[in-house]
Amino acid sequence: MGVEIQVHVNGKSFQNEVDPRLLLVHYLREVLGLTGTHIGCETSLCGACTVLIDGHPVKSCTMLAVQADGAEITTVEGLSSLPEAGGGLHPIQEGFWEKHGLQCGFCTPGMMLAAVGLLRENPSPTHAQIRRALDGNLCRCTGYQHIVEAVEYAARKLRAHKR
Amino acid sequence: MIPAAFEYFAPKSLDEALRLVARHGDEAKLLAGGHSLLPLMKLRLSAPRYVVDIGRIRSLRSIREEGGRIVIGALATHHDVEASELLRITCPLLPETAAEIGDVQVRNRGTVGGSLAHADPAADYPAAILALDAEIVATSSSGTRVIPAAEYFVDLLTTQLRPGEILTEVRIPRTGENSGAAYRKLHQPASHFALAGAAARVTLGPGEKIESVAIGITGVAVNAYRATAAEQMLIGKKAAPKLLAEAAEKVTDGIDPLGDIHASAAYRRAAAAVYARRALEAAIARAGGKKA
Repeated sequence: MGVEIQVHVNGKSFQNEVDPRLLLVHYLREVLGLTGTHIGCETSLCGACTVLIDGHPVKSCTMLAVQADGAEITTVEGLSSLPEAGGGLHPIQEGFWEKHGLQCGFCTPGMMLAAVGLLRENPSPTHAQIRRALDGNLCRCTGYQHIVEAVEYAARKLRAHKR
Repeated sequence: MIPAAFEYFAPKSLDEALRLVARHGDEAKLLAGGHSLLPLMKLRLSAPRYVVDIGRIRSLRSIREEGGRIVIGALATHHDVEASELLRITCPLLPETAAEIGDVQVRNRGTVGGSLAHADPAADYPAAILALDAEIVATSSSGTRVIPAAEYFVDLLTTQLRPGEILTEVRIPRTGENSGAAYRKLHQPASHFALAGAAARVTLGPGEKIESVAIGITGVAVNAYRATAAEQMLIGKKAAPKLLAEAAEKVTDGIDPLGDIHASAAYRRAAAAVYARRALEAAIARAGGKKA
């Protein structure tokens, strides 16, 4: 039996009838066609499926679509339309570009959303705080150093933007 | 990994949720943040016929002071606990424990009530709840029942909760003067679950003697437990390093530690002693007004 849900994804409103067992990540990818949210481990460990729910990073493989009813969701596709992006790339996207924060790119969407969640709570994080905020996101290519630098780049840019 | 099909309910009030669990008994599973239940359902280790999502019952999410106690609603997330100013001031052991759970994303969804109802043998809260002498409040359609933490954990994934009951809140007594508490754990690097975790609460009396002490141990046995043999060894004595180390060796007395691919039973026993000693040292330092 389907359940009616209404969600706001990247600023747009969607209404769908979904099977209660449908995971949020499958809803985003298969129903809405937003395939930027990746499926990695499916066991809440790797963080590739991280999205923002009401501004907070969560693992969309460990949430039912029905639990997101009424929620405001941001996926990687929505980063450039956030106000702080100013119509271009979001500062975190720019940071990953400038600091070479990726190699294969599979973990990148989740990394960026976890980082955006951090920077909203803490605009000036230390190295240790960045690493702690990305603790739930695994990268098998970079060794993390460039990712941390990408987040620092975004933090600087966002602080300058606010001034 | 897709859960088996189920019928879904999203009650808006506790009364509505209680009616649903009363009607469906143990065919129904309660869903809060879903960070214990959904992984089990995805592996099909759990395939409930009915899922009652209590995540929308807002009244269960508060953290407040009431009648000289701290009351934590079952739906408070680990992040809520970690960030609570009230808890930082009145019961810093809980924010310290919450900060050790999983990762940011897990802490944003996982709840106090969900963790305690699931009772994973390696969960973090049980150690703290035991050390704090907390009370667990279970509500059913026939009323509420208060379960002392020391009696709450029964066996592997098994608590005193009965079908038809919902864990609605946790009550924490205020700690007195000259008290300190700490949680220390050895975490499994991938899941961050505790391979051994120890929470200690200590009150110091005149002459720095240990007036009262409570030690909760998690990750080691089928369920979290109070390390009473170690506690008894410490009461009334001056907190000397040698005594703490000797008492910490006793935290697995009478316990049959778990052994698995992550850690053998002998390793868990050794780790429990180390982390219990560290928790005791930090708790005693804090009780004496020092930073630790």
